[in-house]
Amino acid sequence: MENNKDHIIPYQTLILVVTGLIVLTLISVSVTTIHLGALTVFIALLIAAVKSSFVLWIFMHLKFEGRLFRLGVTGVILLITSVIIITMLDYLFR
Amino acid sequence: MNNTQEIEQEALTSKTGMWLFLFTELLLFGGLFIVYSVYRYQNSEAFHLAANELSVFIGTFNTIILLISSSTIAMSITAIQKKNKRLALLLLGATFLLGFIFLVNKYFEWGHHIKEHIYPGSYDLSLRGHGDILFYGLYYFMTGVHALHIIVGLGFIGIVTVRISKDKIHSGKFVLLENCGLYWHLVDLIWIFLFPLFYLIT
Repeated sequence: MENNKDHIIPYQTLILVVTGLIVLTLISVSVTTIHLGALTVFIALLIAAVKSSFVLWIFMHLKFEGRLFRLGVTGVILLITSVIIITMLDYLFR
Repeated sequence: MNNTQEIEQEALTSKTGMWLFLFTELLLFGGLFIVYSVYRYQNSEAFHLAANELSVFIGTFNTIILLISSSTIAMSITAIQKKNKRLALLLLGATFLLGFIFLVNKYFEWGHHIKEHIYPGSYDLSLRGHGDILFYGLYYFMTGVHALHIIVGLGFIGIVTVRISKDKIHSGKFVLLENCGLYWHLVDLIWIFLFPLFYLIT
């Protein structure tokens, strides 16, 4: 496993990321004021997914970690989303 | 194996353990999100109406507070790597303060609902129908478990702050600070999903 113990994330990068996250939050809030029906949930979740990938990738250092952690995170996310999708399919078509 | 290698090995092991724990945390909240999606699908009308009673302003404010606190703890890792102990402590203090403000807001939010007799098991809520009961049950439980994580996170930050001030965490050995950061980011990550799902359904 590659070791990037010495990797230092510059302050500017972190400030840039948090600014982006706040802007995305405000976008997500303003989108709900427009009535888009079922699309609203989809957009809200999409923005949440983008925000969480920033948190995972930069704040949680996944970008600089080995493959093991990335694989684990992807696995857990896939597991949760697939269980939600399968459960919803059941409820939608019963 | 020399000393630095040993410390690196130790750090990697410790971080692996932390990530494994975070996976179980994600599965815990994942299960709750599954329950949420089914109940919301079955009671979409009631969920929409009940969600309108939550304050979008406080929710947004709290989201921004948590996001900023996540960046300050990430910056404290940068600071410790750059051997800037004072700045690292300052940033950890800021993270702690922001987390505390989040809890205070949560207290007023819950307090407001409880004053209106809207809480699990209350008579007023039982009059309002099945969907509202489910919505508020999930709201109290999920934000409650999340708030519990914030409290644990604050304790963790406190321990790390003491250890940095005693020079037990320094630029050569800071895995405990990294793990503390990971935990705090997880709390932030969960809130990123809780916020649109409870506050932004219109």
